[in-house]
Amino acid sequence: MDKMPKWADVILTPLISLLLAMIISALVILAIGESPTMALKTMVDGALGSSYGWGFTLYYTTNFIFTGLAVAVAYHASLFNIGGEGQAMVGGLGVALVCLALPWPHWGIALPAAMVGAALFGAAWALIPAYLQAKRGSHIVITTIMFNFIAAALLNYVLVNLLRPVGSMDPASARFPEGTHLPALTDMAAALGMEWGRNTPVNITFFIAIVACVLVWLLIWRTRLGYEIRAFGRSEPAAMYAGISPVRITVIAMLISGGLAGLMAINNVMGESERLVLNAVEGAGFIGIAVALMGRNHPFGVFLAALLFGFLYQGGGELALWTSIPRELIIVIQALVILFTGALDNMVRMPLERLFLAMRKRGDA
Amino acid sequence: MDFATIIQILDSAVRLMTPLLLACLAGLYSERSGVFDIGLEGKMLMAAFTSASVAFVTGSAWLGLLAGIAGSMALSLIHGLASITFRGNQLISGVAINFLASGMTVLLGIKIFGLGGRTPALTDGGRFNEVTLPFADALRDVPILGPIYSELISGHTILVYVAFALVPLTWWVLFRTRFGLRLRAVGENPASVDTAGVSVTRLRFAAIALAGILCGLAGAYLATGLSAGFVKEMTAGRGFIALAALIFAKWRPWNALFATFLFGLLEAIANRYPNLDLGIVTVPSMFMNALPYILTVIILAGFVGRAIPPRAGGEPYVKER
Repeated sequence: MDKMPKWADVILTPLISLLLAMIISALVILAIGESPTMALKTMVDGALGSSYGWGFTLYYTTNFIFTGLAVAVAYHASLFNIGGEGQAMVGGLGVALVCLALPWPHWGIALPAAMVGAALFGAAWALIPAYLQAKRGSHIVITTIMFNFIAAALLNYVLVNLLRPVGSMDPASARFPEGTHLPALTDMAAALGMEWGRNTPVNITFFIAIVACVLVWLLIWRTRLGYEIRAFGRSEPAAMYAGISPVRITVIAMLISGGLAGLMAINNVMGESERLVLNAVEGAGFIGIAVALMGRNHPFGVFLAALLFGFLYQGGGELALWTSIPRELIIVIQALVILFTGALDNMVRMPLERLFLAMRKRGDA
Repeated sequence: MDFATIIQILDSAVRLMTPLLLACLAGLYSERSGVFDIGLEGKMLMAAFTSASVAFVTGSAWLGLLAGIAGSMALSLIHGLASITFRGNQLISGVAINFLASGMTVLLGIKIFGLGGRTPALTDGGRFNEVTLPFADALRDVPILGPIYSELISGHTILVYVAFALVPLTWWVLFRTRFGLRLRAVGENPASVDTAGVSVTRLRFAAIALAGILCGLAGAYLATGLSAGFVKEMTAGRGFIALAALIFAKWRPWNALFATFLFGLLEAIANRYPNLDLGIVTVPSMFMNALPYILTVIILAGFVGRAIPPRAGGEPYVKER
């Protein structure tokens, strides 16, 4: 039945797509008169060549794991959640409200509370699009796009009019209390007697992200709910026939998705800036789309793809610092990865399928 | 609020609605043919950049306009290749196009002009000048109608008039020509069009090309009509507001005119009164900015009439074999 062996489907096609995206990126770099090999070397040195680079790469990776998982979970229910950006923004609001509400004595208590805040706010922001899709048939892609803009306006309003400390001109919340400071990986390494990644933002959230990967894997492939989500995603009529409620699955899948996107705020709001600023998400919600596509919506794939994009992000920053290649090159690479692994998937897949069919025929003969 | 102020706000609304209207009509052609287009934003942005660049180099707004159309068309072709030829996901392709435009415009802008992503300010020849309609000055002093004619109707760039003329033209093409009938049919039921011996692929590519031209006009208007040059991310979500307007208009040309006018008016009011005081409550500008999106969600929810998209929208057509 399958035209290709599974490994070709899961590993070969994304790799070829990625390769194509990289080749075109190299051509773009050549076209603006720079050297692709120099660019690659700068990026590798800057992002992976030192513990300082790794510290930032892993920090970005953490963000992208959450937003990538968010897109992936929704995708299994064949829902395309473009709203990760807005959900992560509102998740940040949840984190800020929790952190500013009490004089937290220790991060160990503040962290679970902030996580609940982040996930609840993110999920709430996904709830309305989910409900409208399930009950009123309004397209979730359009509503989540709209909700991204509404979230930006909401956050702008809240930061300027409500959370901004008296006398401050900056549209940002007050600093979180000392007790919400999450241990950075540097501190943890120092406790083990190692010097690693000084002044880097990567923190304990990185491990939470890895746990989230495992939990999402368990959820999707080892639970009844996950089965229902996948069944619904494959065929809505079949799922209904099996007694699975489309409304329930749509809403639950989007709540989980929004919650995961919201959890990203633990990393960037609580772990890094330690206050809520405008545009804290910096496009990570959209990168989640690329990450999920690259990772074939599998948590392990998402992890690897997030690592790749973490590398690209940190490497891109280094490019802007050390060469005359602008940082925006990364957005181009990101676009090409989405284009090739997502939209132009069949361009790679069709010839490959033909190749495998031809090989099989020769094998049979 | 006196009469002169109202005229000024309406005048500003007309300017602000023009890019929305052009992009909305672009989306209309594309989506009526069954190809979702969330890449309107990216195509406008690319067109704004290419038109401003060429207009600066050549000093001709018209050459800039052509370049704008070419830039937008290139992205349209990518979208067509991905979503028609290779039957990929149209939404994902649109997302990719938005990022491609967002990255490429700044990348090229920094490399070519070295101004941090801006293009140099355009001088007279590089911009579309305001057209003064006949007798506009003579009629200025006539009460009520004078200001309406000389300030509101006259004094816009040629692209504004083109945009307005495109509304009846689009209506005529879609609902009174054979091409339009086929275009709508291919968005509702491509198999029937195919059975009639008309190429689905060719029709959809034609629709996407039209969308490319219209987004090109929209982008060129932004960079060489409304302002004097390209600025990083200058579309600022207008492509998505146009998309919202398209849903608001239920995929109809005349409704698109009203929807984009409404959204243009909202933007004009928000610009003029950052904090709108309604007596009882003060409406913050953020709310005014978010209003198009909120309205679209309400419309989508079906509380104010139902917006039903073309039935085959978003689905690649697979010919039976």
